[in-house]
Amino acid sequence: MQKLTISLLAFLAGFSIMAFELLGGRMLAPYFGSSVYVWGSIITVFMLALSLGYLFGGRLSVYSPNLKKFACIFIAASVSLLPSLFFSQPIFEWVFLKVEDPRYGSLLAALCVFLVPSIILGMISPYSVRLLTVSARASGQTAGFLYFVSTLGSALGTIMTSFYLVLWLTVSEILCLIIGLLLFCAVTALLCAFKYKQNEEAEYA
Amino acid sequence: MLKKLLIMLMSFVSFASAAETVHKERSIYRNIVINESDNIRCMQFETRRKLATNQACIDLKKPQRLVFEYAHGTLAALAHQPKPSRVLILGLGGGVLSNLIHQLSPDSEIVSVDIDPAVVKLAKDYFNYRENKQVTSVIQDGRVFVKRALLKKETFDWIILDAFNGDYIPEHMMTYEFLSEVKQLLNKNGIVSANTFSTSDLYDYESNTYAAVFNKLWTYRAPTRGNRVLFACNCAPFKFSVKTAPAPLLEHLQKYDVDLKQVFTHIDDKVDWQTDTQILTDEYSPANLLK
Repeated sequence: MQKLTISLLAFLAGFSIMAFELLGGRMLAPYFGSSVYVWGSIITVFMLALSLGYLFGGRLSVYSPNLKKFACIFIAASVSLLPSLFFSQPIFEWVFLKVEDPRYGSLLAALCVFLVPSIILGMISPYSVRLLTVSARASGQTAGFLYFVSTLGSALGTIMTSFYLVLWLTVSEILCLIIGLLLFCAVTALLCAFKYKQNEEAEYA
Repeated sequence: MLKKLLIMLMSFVSFASAAETVHKERSIYRNIVINESDNIRCMQFETRRKLATNQACIDLKKPQRLVFEYAHGTLAALAHQPKPSRVLILGLGGGVLSNLIHQLSPDSEIVSVDIDPAVVKLAKDYFNYRENKQVTSVIQDGRVFVKRALLKKETFDWIILDAFNGDYIPEHMMTYEFLSEVKQLLNKNGIVSANTFSTSDLYDYESNTYAAVFNKLWTYRAPTRGNRVLFACNCAPFKFSVKTAPAPLLEHLQKYDVDLKQVFTHIDDKVDWQTDTQILTDEYSPANLLK
Protein backbone atom coordinates (compact mmCIF):
# COMPACT_ATOMS: atom_id res chain seq x y z
CA MET A 1 0.00 0.00 0.00
CA GLN A 2 2.75 2.40 1.03
CA LYS A 3 4.75 1.52 -2.07
CA LEU A 4 1.78 2.26 -4.28
CA THR A 5 1.14 5.60 -2.58
CA ILE A 6 4.76 6.76 -2.82
CA SER A 7 4.90 5.71 -6.48
CA LEU A 8 1.72 7.65 -7.17
CA LEU A 9 3.15 10.72 -5.46
CA ALA A 10 6.38 10.46 -7.46
CA PHE A 11 4.24 10.14 -10.59
CA LEU A 12 2.27 13.29 -9.74
CA ALA A 13 5.49 15.19 -8.94
CA GLY A 14 6.84 14.23 -12.37
CA PHE A 15 3.56 15.38 -13.90
CA SER A 16 3.72 18.74 -12.11
CA ILE A 17 7.31 19.48 -13.14
CA MET A 18 6.66 19.16 -16.85
CA ALA A 19 3.27 20.86 -16.73
CA PHE A 20 5.01 23.77 -14.99
CA GLU A 21 7.86 23.79 -17.51
CA LEU A 22 5.44 24.02 -20.44
CA LEU A 23 3.56 26.84 -18.77
CA GLY A 24 6.94 28.55 -18.37
CA GLY A 25 7.14 28.98 -22.12
CA ARG A 26 3.67 30.47 -22.16
CA MET A 27 4.42 32.85 -19.33
CA LEU A 28 7.65 34.16 -20.85
CA ALA A 29 6.40 34.57 -24.44
CA PRO A 30 4.68 37.97 -23.97
CA TYR A 31 7.93 39.45 -22.65
CA PHE A 32 10.70 37.58 -24.39
CA GLY A 33 8.98 36.02 -27.41
CA SER A 34 9.02 32.40 -28.41
CA SER A 35 12.45 32.39 -29.96
CA VAL A 36 14.53 29.27 -29.71
CA TYR A 37 16.63 30.81 -26.90
CA VAL A 38 13.56 31.37 -24.73
CA TRP A 39 12.98 27.64 -24.71
CA GLY A 40 16.73 27.21 -24.25
CA SER A 41 16.57 29.34 -21.11
CA ILE A 42 13.59 27.46 -19.71
CA ILE A 43 15.07 24.02 -20.28
CA THR A 44 18.44 25.12 -18.86
CA VAL A 45 16.82 26.45 -15.69
CA PHE A 46 14.68 23.35 -15.19
CA MET A 47 17.61 20.99 -15.77
CA LEU A 48 19.79 23.00 -13.41
CA ALA A 49 17.01 23.00 -10.82
CA LEU A 50 16.41 19.28 -11.12
CA SER A 51 20.11 18.50 -10.74
CA LEU A 52 20.25 20.58 -7.56
CA GLY A 53 16.96 19.09 -6.37
CA TYR A 54 18.29 15.55 -6.78
CA LEU A 55 21.39 16.51 -4.81
CA PHE A 56 19.46 18.16 -1.96
CA GLY A 57 16.74 15.49 -1.90
CA GLY A 58 19.35 12.78 -1.64
CA ARG A 59 21.13 14.63 1.15
CA LEU A 60 17.87 15.18 3.05
CA SER A 61 16.94 11.50 2.78
CA VAL A 62 19.92 10.57 4.99
CA TYR A 63 18.42 12.16 8.10
CA SER A 64 15.68 9.85 9.48
CA PRO A 65 13.51 9.76 6.38
CA ASN A 66 9.79 9.56 6.94
CA LEU A 67 6.49 10.28 5.24
CA LYS A 68 5.85 13.44 7.25
CA LYS A 69 9.01 15.05 5.91
CA PHE A 70 8.04 13.76 2.49
CA ALA A 71 4.71 15.59 2.83
CA CYS A 72 6.58 18.74 3.82
CA ILE A 73 8.48 18.70 0.52
CA PHE A 74 5.16 18.72 -1.34
CA ILE A 75 3.84 21.57 0.81
CA ALA A 76 7.05 23.54 0.23
CA ALA A 77 6.74 22.91 -3.52
CA SER A 78 3.18 24.18 -3.66
CA VAL A 79 4.03 27.25 -1.59
CA SER A 80 7.05 28.00 -3.79
CA LEU A 81 4.72 28.02 -6.81
CA LEU A 82 2.67 30.88 -5.37
CA PRO A 83 5.05 33.64 -6.56
CA SER A 84 4.80 32.36 -10.13
CA LEU A 85 1.03 32.67 -9.80
CA PHE A 86 0.93 36.14 -8.24
CA PHE A 87 4.20 37.93 -8.97
CA SER A 88 5.52 36.51 -12.24
CA GLN A 89 4.25 39.44 -14.32
CA PRO A 90 5.92 42.24 -12.31
CA ILE A 91 9.10 40.14 -12.10
CA PHE A 92 9.17 39.54 -15.86
CA GLU A 93 8.43 43.22 -16.44
CA TRP A 94 11.30 44.22 -14.17
CA VAL A 95 13.73 41.90 -15.97
CA PHE A 96 12.43 43.11 -19.34
CA LEU A 97 13.26 46.69 -18.35
CA LYS A 98 16.68 45.84 -16.94
CA VAL A 99 18.01 43.39 -19.55
CA GLU A 100 17.81 44.26 -23.25
CA ASP A 101 19.26 41.03 -24.62
CA PRO A 102 16.34 38.57 -24.84
CA ARG A 103 18.68 35.61 -24.26
CA TYR A 104 19.92 36.76 -20.88
CA GLY A 105 16.58 38.42 -20.16
CA SER A 106 14.67 35.19 -20.54
CA LEU A 107 17.38 33.28 -18.64
CA LEU A 108 17.27 35.67 -15.71
CA ALA A 109 13.46 35.77 -15.70
CA ALA A 110 13.30 31.98 -15.76
CA LEU A 111 15.85 31.77 -12.92
CA CYS A 112 13.82 34.21 -10.80
CA VAL A 113 10.49 32.46 -11.19
CA PHE A 114 11.09 28.80 -12.04
CA LEU A 115 14.29 27.81 -10.22
CA VAL A 116 13.13 27.40 -6.61
CA PRO A 117 9.91 25.43 -7.24
CA SER A 118 11.71 23.09 -9.63
CA ILE A 119 14.54 22.46 -7.15
CA ILE A 120 11.97 21.45 -4.52
CA LEU A 121 10.06 19.30 -7.01
CA GLY A 122 13.35 17.64 -7.95
CA MET A 123 13.91 16.59 -4.33
CA ILE A 124 10.94 14.26 -4.43
CA SER A 125 12.44 11.51 -6.61
CA PRO A 126 15.55 10.70 -4.52
CA TYR A 127 13.52 11.00 -1.32
CA SER A 128 10.98 8.54 -2.71
CA VAL A 129 13.79 6.12 -3.55
CA ARG A 130 14.99 6.24 0.06
CA LEU A 131 11.48 5.67 1.43
CA LEU A 132 10.98 2.64 -0.76
CA THR A 133 14.42 1.06 -0.50
CA VAL A 134 14.46 -1.93 1.81
CA SER A 135 17.88 -3.38 1.03
CA ALA A 136 21.06 -2.36 -0.71
CA ARG A 137 20.59 -5.25 -3.10
CA ALA A 138 17.24 -3.96 -4.31
CA SER A 139 18.20 -0.28 -4.32
CA GLY A 140 18.98 -0.22 -8.06
CA GLN A 141 15.68 -1.82 -8.84
CA THR A 142 13.81 0.63 -6.60
CA ALA A 143 15.56 3.62 -8.13
CA GLY A 144 14.88 2.29 -11.65
CA PHE A 145 11.21 1.80 -10.87
CA LEU A 146 10.90 5.31 -9.45
CA TYR A 147 12.60 6.89 -12.43
CA PHE A 148 10.16 4.93 -14.56
CA VAL A 149 7.12 6.15 -12.64
CA SER A 150 8.14 9.80 -12.29
CA THR A 151 9.31 10.14 -15.90
CA LEU A 152 6.08 8.55 -17.06
CA GLY A 153 4.32 11.22 -15.00
CA SER A 154 6.44 13.87 -16.73
CA ALA A 155 5.43 12.49 -20.13
CA LEU A 156 1.78 12.67 -19.18
CA GLY A 157 2.22 16.17 -17.72
CA THR A 158 3.79 17.32 -20.97
CA ILE A 159 1.16 15.90 -23.29
CA MET A 160 -1.81 16.82 -21.09
CA THR A 161 -0.68 20.43 -20.72
CA SER A 162 0.33 21.04 -24.30
CA PHE A 163 -2.52 19.14 -25.95
CA TYR A 164 -5.46 19.71 -23.65
CA LEU A 165 -5.02 21.81 -20.51
CA VAL A 166 -4.10 25.00 -22.38
CA LEU A 167 -7.25 24.49 -24.42
CA TRP A 168 -9.50 24.03 -21.40
CA LEU A 169 -7.97 26.40 -18.85
CA THR A 170 -6.03 29.64 -18.53
CA VAL A 171 -2.37 29.64 -17.49
CA SER A 172 -3.27 30.75 -13.94
CA GLU A 173 -5.92 28.06 -13.64
CA ILE A 174 -3.43 25.39 -14.67
CA LEU A 175 -0.94 26.75 -12.09
CA CYS A 176 -3.68 26.52 -9.45
CA LEU A 177 -4.35 22.97 -10.57
CA ILE A 178 -0.67 22.06 -10.09
CA ILE A 179 -0.61 23.70 -6.65
CA GLY A 180 -3.79 21.82 -5.72
CA LEU A 181 -2.32 18.58 -6.99
CA LEU A 182 0.81 19.03 -4.87
CA LEU A 183 -1.27 19.82 -1.78
CA PHE A 184 -3.31 16.69 -2.45
CA CYS A 185 0.00 14.78 -2.55
CA ALA A 186 1.01 16.28 0.79
CA VAL A 187 -2.29 15.30 2.42
CA THR A 188 -2.04 11.80 0.96
CA ALA A 189 1.50 11.41 2.34
CA LEU A 190 0.35 12.60 5.76
CA LEU A 191 -2.62 10.22 5.78
CA CYS A 192 -0.32 7.42 4.76
CA ALA A 193 2.09 8.35 7.59
CA PHE A 194 -0.81 8.36 10.05
CA LYS A 195 -2.07 4.96 8.87
CA TYR A 196 1.46 3.52 8.96
CA LYS A 197 1.87 4.71 12.53
CA GLN A 198 -1.48 3.23 13.52
CA ASN A 199 -0.51 -0.10 11.98
CA GLU A 200 2.81 -0.05 13.80
CA GLU A 201 1.10 0.72 17.11
CA ALA A 202 -1.40 -2.05 16.48
CA GLU A 203 1.47 -4.46 15.83
CA TYR A 204 3.22 -3.52 19.08
CA ALA A 205 -0.03 -3.74 21.02
CA MET B 1 -10.40 4.97 -59.19
CA LEU B 2 -7.23 3.98 -61.00
CA LYS B 3 -7.68 6.85 -63.41
CA LYS B 4 -8.04 9.28 -60.52
CA LEU B 5 -4.88 7.96 -58.93
CA LEU B 6 -3.01 8.25 -62.20
CA ILE B 7 -4.11 11.86 -62.65
CA MET B 8 -3.11 12.68 -59.10
CA LEU B 9 0.26 11.05 -59.62
CA MET B 10 0.80 12.87 -62.89
CA SER B 11 -0.12 16.23 -61.46
CA PHE B 12 2.23 15.61 -58.54
CA VAL B 13 5.07 14.64 -60.90
CA SER B 14 4.46 17.65 -63.11
CA PHE B 15 4.39 19.91 -60.07
CA ALA B 16 7.58 18.35 -58.76
CA SER B 17 9.35 18.84 -62.06
CA ALA B 18 8.00 22.35 -62.58
CA ALA B 19 8.99 23.78 -59.21
CA GLU B 20 12.74 23.89 -59.04
CA THR B 21 14.48 24.48 -55.75
CA VAL B 22 17.13 27.09 -56.43
CA HIS B 23 18.36 27.52 -52.89
CA LYS B 24 17.99 26.01 -49.46
CA GLU B 25 18.98 27.95 -46.36
CA ARG B 26 19.28 26.51 -42.92
CA SER B 27 18.23 28.76 -40.06
CA ILE B 28 17.95 28.23 -36.32
CA TYR B 29 14.19 27.89 -36.76
CA ARG B 30 13.71 25.84 -39.90
CA ASN B 31 14.90 25.18 -43.40
CA ILE B 32 13.88 27.83 -45.88
CA VAL B 33 13.71 27.00 -49.56
CA ILE B 34 13.55 29.22 -52.60
CA ASN B 35 11.53 27.62 -55.38
CA GLU B 36 11.00 28.74 -58.93
CA SER B 37 8.32 27.65 -61.37
CA ASP B 38 6.84 29.46 -64.36
CA ASN B 39 8.99 32.49 -63.64
CA ILE B 40 7.52 32.84 -60.16
CA ARG B 41 10.07 32.71 -57.37
CA CYS B 42 8.77 31.86 -53.92
CA MET B 43 10.10 31.51 -50.39
CA GLN B 44 8.77 28.56 -48.41
CA PHE B 45 9.34 27.29 -44.90
CA GLU B 46 10.16 23.63 -45.35
CA THR B 47 7.68 21.27 -43.75
CA ARG B 48 6.99 17.60 -44.27
CA ARG B 49 3.60 18.46 -45.64
CA LYS B 50 3.32 18.43 -49.40
CA LEU B 51 1.62 21.80 -49.49
CA ALA B 52 3.97 24.20 -47.79
CA THR B 53 2.62 27.74 -47.83
CA ASN B 54 4.55 30.41 -49.66
CA GLN B 55 5.96 33.13 -47.45
CA ALA B 56 6.78 35.45 -50.34
CA CYS B 57 6.67 35.36 -54.14
CA ILE B 58 7.87 37.55 -56.98
CA ASP B 59 7.30 37.45 -60.71
CA LEU B 60 10.74 37.21 -62.32
CA LYS B 61 9.48 38.42 -65.68
CA LYS B 62 7.55 41.31 -64.22
CA PRO B 63 9.22 42.12 -60.91
CA GLN B 64 6.92 45.08 -60.30
CA ARG B 65 3.82 42.88 -60.20
CA LEU B 66 2.52 42.17 -56.72
CA VAL B 67 1.93 38.41 -56.78
CA PHE B 68 0.01 37.80 -53.55
CA GLU B 69 -3.66 38.60 -53.50
CA TYR B 70 -3.58 39.42 -49.80
CA ALA B 71 -0.83 41.98 -50.44
CA HIS B 72 -3.19 43.80 -52.79
CA GLY B 73 -5.70 43.81 -49.95
CA THR B 74 -3.10 45.06 -47.46
CA LEU B 75 -2.41 48.10 -49.62
CA ALA B 76 -6.01 49.25 -49.13
CA ALA B 77 -4.71 50.78 -45.89
CA LEU B 78 -3.11 53.44 -48.10
CA ALA B 79 -6.59 54.83 -48.75
CA HIS B 80 -6.72 55.68 -45.05
CA GLN B 81 -3.06 56.67 -44.67
CA PRO B 82 -1.81 57.75 -48.12
CA LYS B 83 1.41 59.25 -46.72
CA PRO B 84 2.34 57.32 -43.60
CA SER B 85 5.39 58.87 -42.01
CA ARG B 86 6.33 55.68 -40.15
CA VAL B 87 5.39 52.13 -41.14
CA LEU B 88 6.01 48.99 -39.08
CA ILE B 89 5.96 45.56 -40.72
CA LEU B 90 5.97 42.57 -38.37
CA GLY B 91 7.08 39.60 -40.48
CA LEU B 92 9.35 40.60 -43.35
CA GLY B 93 8.93 37.63 -45.70
CA GLY B 94 10.60 38.59 -48.97
CA GLY B 95 10.44 42.28 -48.15
CA VAL B 96 8.06 42.76 -51.09
CA LEU B 97 5.69 45.05 -49.18
CA SER B 98 8.56 47.10 -47.78
CA ASN B 99 10.03 47.64 -51.26
CA LEU B 100 6.67 48.60 -52.69
CA ILE B 101 5.72 51.01 -49.92
CA HIS B 102 9.14 52.64 -50.22
CA GLN B 103 8.59 53.16 -53.95
CA LEU B 104 5.11 54.54 -53.40
CA SER B 105 6.08 56.79 -50.54
CA PRO B 106 9.87 57.38 -50.49
CA ASP B 107 9.68 59.70 -47.49
CA SER B 108 8.10 57.09 -45.24
CA GLU B 109 10.31 55.46 -42.67
CA ILE B 110 9.76 51.70 -42.88
CA VAL B 111 10.84 49.34 -40.10
CA SER B 112 10.52 45.62 -40.75
CA VAL B 113 10.86 43.10 -37.95
CA ASP B 114 11.59 39.43 -38.44
CA ILE B 115 12.64 36.82 -35.93
CA ASP B 116 14.78 34.91 -38.40
CA PRO B 117 18.04 36.41 -39.74
CA ALA B 118 17.99 33.88 -42.58
CA VAL B 119 14.70 35.32 -43.86
CA VAL B 120 16.23 38.79 -44.05
CA LYS B 121 19.28 37.44 -45.85
CA LEU B 122 17.15 35.58 -48.42
CA ALA B 123 14.89 38.60 -48.89
CA LYS B 124 17.99 40.59 -49.87
CA ASP B 125 19.53 37.84 -52.02
CA TYR B 126 16.44 36.57 -53.85
CA PHE B 127 13.67 39.16 -53.54
CA ASN B 128 15.62 42.32 -54.09
CA TYR B 129 14.77 43.62 -50.62
CA ARG B 130 16.68 46.87 -50.19
CA GLU B 131 17.56 48.76 -47.05
CA ASN B 132 18.64 52.38 -46.79
CA LYS B 133 18.38 55.30 -44.42
CA GLN B 134 14.58 55.16 -44.57
CA VAL B 135 14.16 51.39 -44.79
CA THR B 136 15.56 49.24 -42.01
CA SER B 137 15.03 45.80 -40.55
CA VAL B 138 15.39 44.45 -37.03
CA ILE B 139 15.98 40.83 -36.09
CA GLN B 140 13.68 40.32 -33.13
CA ASP B 141 10.56 38.57 -31.99
CA GLY B 142 7.69 40.84 -33.07
CA ARG B 143 6.09 40.90 -29.65
CA VAL B 144 9.37 41.89 -28.00
CA PHE B 145 9.91 44.62 -30.61
CA VAL B 146 6.47 46.07 -29.90
CA LYS B 147 7.07 46.10 -26.14
CA ARG B 148 10.48 47.76 -26.54
CA ALA B 149 9.10 50.28 -29.06
CA LEU B 150 6.44 51.23 -26.50
CA LEU B 151 9.14 51.85 -23.91
CA LYS B 152 10.95 54.10 -26.37
CA LYS B 153 7.65 55.89 -27.02
CA GLU B 154 7.83 55.15 -30.72
CA THR B 155 4.71 55.57 -32.82
CA PHE B 156 3.60 54.48 -36.29
CA ASP B 157 0.95 55.48 -38.78
CA TRP B 158 0.57 52.06 -40.30
CA ILE B 159 1.34 48.69 -38.72
CA ILE B 160 1.27 45.60 -40.91
CA LEU B 161 0.87 42.33 -39.00
CA ASP B 162 2.22 39.58 -41.20
CA ALA B 163 4.13 37.25 -38.88
CA PHE B 164 3.75 33.60 -39.72
CA ASN B 165 5.70 30.58 -38.55
CA GLY B 166 5.15 27.86 -41.25
CA ASP B 167 2.00 26.91 -39.31
CA TYR B 168 0.02 30.03 -38.51
CA ILE B 169 0.42 33.28 -36.60
CA PRO B 170 2.51 32.75 -33.42
CA GLU B 171 0.20 32.41 -30.41
CA HIS B 172 1.65 35.29 -28.44
CA MET B 173 1.01 37.60 -31.41
CA MET B 174 -2.74 37.16 -31.56
CA THR B 175 -3.74 37.91 -28.00
CA TYR B 176 -5.76 40.80 -26.59
CA GLU B 177 -2.69 42.09 -24.74
CA PHE B 178 -0.54 42.04 -27.88
CA LEU B 179 -3.14 43.86 -29.97
CA SER B 180 -3.57 46.42 -27.20
CA GLU B 181 0.18 47.04 -27.30
CA VAL B 182 -0.01 47.40 -31.09
CA LYS B 183 -2.86 49.88 -30.69
CA GLN B 184 -0.78 51.92 -28.26
CA LEU B 185 1.97 52.15 -30.89
CA LEU B 186 -0.43 53.73 -33.37
CA ASN B 187 -0.61 57.46 -33.88
CA LYS B 188 -4.03 58.98 -33.75
CA ASN B 189 -5.79 57.83 -36.89
CA GLY B 190 -3.07 55.20 -37.43
CA ILE B 191 -4.16 51.98 -39.12
CA VAL B 192 -3.41 48.28 -38.62
CA SER B 193 -3.69 45.72 -41.37
CA ALA B 194 -3.44 42.11 -40.31
CA ASN B 195 -3.01 39.22 -42.70
CA THR B 196 -4.96 36.21 -41.42
CA PHE B 197 -6.77 33.18 -42.80
CA SER B 198 -10.47 33.17 -43.55
CA THR B 199 -10.70 29.42 -43.29
CA SER B 200 -9.54 28.44 -39.85
CA ASP B 201 -11.27 27.25 -36.74
CA LEU B 202 -9.70 30.25 -35.08
CA TYR B 203 -11.80 32.61 -37.17
CA ASP B 204 -14.31 33.48 -34.45
CA TYR B 205 -11.73 33.72 -31.65
CA GLU B 206 -9.39 35.86 -33.72
CA SER B 207 -12.06 38.21 -35.05
CA ASN B 208 -13.57 38.65 -31.62
CA THR B 209 -10.17 39.46 -30.11
CA TYR B 210 -9.50 42.14 -32.73
CA ALA B 211 -12.99 43.56 -32.23
CA ALA B 212 -12.48 43.64 -28.44
CA VAL B 213 -9.39 45.84 -28.89
CA PHE B 214 -10.35 48.01 -31.85
CA ASN B 215 -14.19 47.90 -31.91
CA LYS B 216 -14.70 48.57 -35.58
CA LEU B 217 -13.14 46.25 -38.14
CA TRP B 218 -13.11 46.18 -41.89
CA THR B 219 -12.32 42.93 -43.68
CA TYR B 220 -10.80 42.22 -47.05
CA ARG B 221 -11.59 38.72 -48.25
CA ALA B 222 -9.26 37.52 -50.98
CA PRO B 223 -11.55 36.38 -53.81
CA THR B 224 -9.63 33.25 -54.78
CA ARG B 225 -7.42 32.42 -51.82
CA GLY B 226 -8.29 31.71 -48.19
CA ASN B 227 -6.69 34.92 -46.94
CA ARG B 228 -8.36 37.82 -45.31
CA VAL B 229 -6.92 41.10 -44.18
CA LEU B 230 -8.36 42.79 -41.13
CA PHE B 231 -8.22 46.58 -40.89
CA ALA B 232 -8.49 48.42 -37.63
CA CYS B 233 -7.79 51.99 -36.67
CA ASN B 234 -6.86 54.09 -33.67
CA CYS B 235 -9.79 56.36 -34.44
CA ALA B 236 -13.52 56.61 -34.06
CA PRO B 237 -15.54 56.36 -36.14
CA PHE B 238 -13.47 54.29 -38.55
CA LYS B 239 -14.66 55.05 -42.06
CA PHE B 240 -12.84 53.11 -44.72
CA SER B 241 -13.36 53.81 -48.37
CA VAL B 242 -11.44 54.03 -51.62
CA LYS B 243 -12.79 57.57 -51.99
CA THR B 244 -10.15 58.89 -49.61
CA ALA B 245 -7.33 57.50 -51.78
CA PRO B 246 -5.65 60.27 -53.82
CA ALA B 247 -5.96 59.82 -57.60
CA PRO B 248 -2.16 59.81 -58.20
CA LEU B 249 -1.84 56.94 -55.74
CA LEU B 250 -4.45 54.86 -57.57
CA GLU B 251 -2.62 55.51 -60.80
CA HIS B 252 0.77 54.73 -59.32
CA LEU B 253 -0.55 51.44 -57.93
CA GLN B 254 -1.55 50.25 -61.37
CA LYS B 255 2.14 49.93 -62.15
CA TYR B 256 2.12 47.04 -59.70
CA ASP B 257 -1.06 45.49 -61.09
CA VAL B 258 -2.95 46.71 -58.04
CA ASP B 259 -6.45 48.01 -58.66
CA LEU B 260 -7.46 49.58 -55.37
CA LYS B 261 -11.03 50.20 -56.52
CA GLN B 262 -11.34 46.51 -57.32
CA VAL B 263 -9.76 45.63 -53.96
CA PHE B 264 -12.36 47.73 -52.13
CA THR B 265 -15.19 45.74 -53.71
CA HIS B 266 -14.00 42.86 -51.52
CA ILE B 267 -13.88 44.93 -48.35
CA ASP B 268 -16.80 45.29 -45.96
CA ASP B 269 -17.49 45.78 -42.27
CA LYS B 270 -19.78 42.78 -41.88
CA VAL B 271 -19.54 40.95 -38.57
CA ASP B 272 -19.70 37.36 -39.76
CA TRP B 273 -18.26 35.73 -36.66
CA GLN B 274 -19.74 34.49 -33.41
CA THR B 275 -19.53 37.52 -31.14
CA ASP B 276 -19.91 35.47 -27.97
CA THR B 277 -16.70 33.51 -28.59
CA GLN B 278 -13.99 33.70 -25.95
CA ILE B 279 -11.24 36.17 -26.78
CA LEU B 280 -7.59 35.10 -26.93
CA THR B 281 -5.42 36.43 -24.11
CA ASP B 282 -1.90 35.82 -22.83
CA GLU B 283 -3.56 33.59 -20.25
CA TYR B 284 -5.69 31.73 -22.76
CA SER B 285 -4.25 31.41 -26.23
CA PRO B 286 -4.37 27.84 -27.47
CA ALA B 287 -4.26 29.30 -30.96
CA ASN B 288 -2.33 26.55 -32.64
CA LEU B 289 -4.55 23.89 -31.07
CA LEU B 290 -7.72 25.56 -32.28
CA LYS B 291 -6.47 26.13 -35.78
